[in-house]
Amino acid sequence: MRDLTCREFVGFLDDYLGGVLDDSELAVFNSHLAACPSCVAYLKTYAASIGAARGALLRQDDLPEDVPEGLLRAILTARPKG
Amino acid sequence: MLELNTAPPADESLLPRLRSGEAAAYEALVRRETPRLLAVARRMLRNEEDARDAVQDAFVNAFRALDAFEGGCRVSTWLHRITVNAALMKLRTRRRKPEESIEGLLPTFLEDGHHAHHPREWRDDIETELARKEDRDFVRACIDELPESYRTVLLLRDIEDLDTAETAELLGVSENVVKVRLHRARQALRTLLEPRFRKGRA
Repeated sequence: MRDLTCREFVGFLDDYLGGVLDDSELAVFNSHLAACPSCVAYLKTYAASIGAARGALLRQDDLPEDVPEGLLRAILTARPKG
Repeated sequence: MLELNTAPPADESLLPRLRSGEAAAYEALVRRETPRLLAVARRMLRNEEDARDAVQDAFVNAFRALDAFEGGCRVSTWLHRITVNAALMKLRTRRRKPEESIEGLLPTFLEDGHHAHHPREWRDDIETELARKEDRDFVRACIDELPESYRTVLLLRDIEDLDTAETAELLGVSENVVKVRLHRARQALRTLLEPRFRKGRA
């Protein structure tokens, strides 16, 4: 089985992280990873980017406490009346 | 640990009361769900007025569809999807500016397929850094730099946790387009984040 290039490796990242590579694809992927520090760094930082996006946008303490009463009232005006 | 999934009270008792038009049930639902839905609309639209409009539109649509809601998922999940859709409608009605190319933010490779620039390792303390508002604002600004069609897919897949099929359906594109855009969006975001997070940065 031939080796992957870095370009091909990067093309597999999404499927690798999504856990959808089959056994033979995974073997080729891991074999490149074992031999290529650049791709190790790329994989780690690609995954860290997703983590950073979630860490920045999904925070409990960012839940708005300033929900305007006017918005709640406007929404409730639209409720179906029994 | 950063997730917003605080478990809402059981829907089983709420649904019949909503369907019978009980005012207190609507009040409870709207008060319970609006903060979370407003946060969704704010992060997608980045504009307070549009975000409020989207949440209001979402509830109006949900109220109309309540009889058709089959309970295949929780009410909160159902409302989340409706809000994402309402926010997408708002995004579409905004004046479109020509979208910039994402190519310049993608990694480059030599003819033999090796990385043209060796990716740098990042510091290990990024999660800790994100405790600071300044760093979260930086990451948000980087996400906002992505061309809109890529930013949208990144938000729907990696932040709002829609799957590929749901995202494709909402955006009216194929699943393959969603996969390609997501991969490119993540790579571009990685490029934008690197200068701040790489090891050895002063």
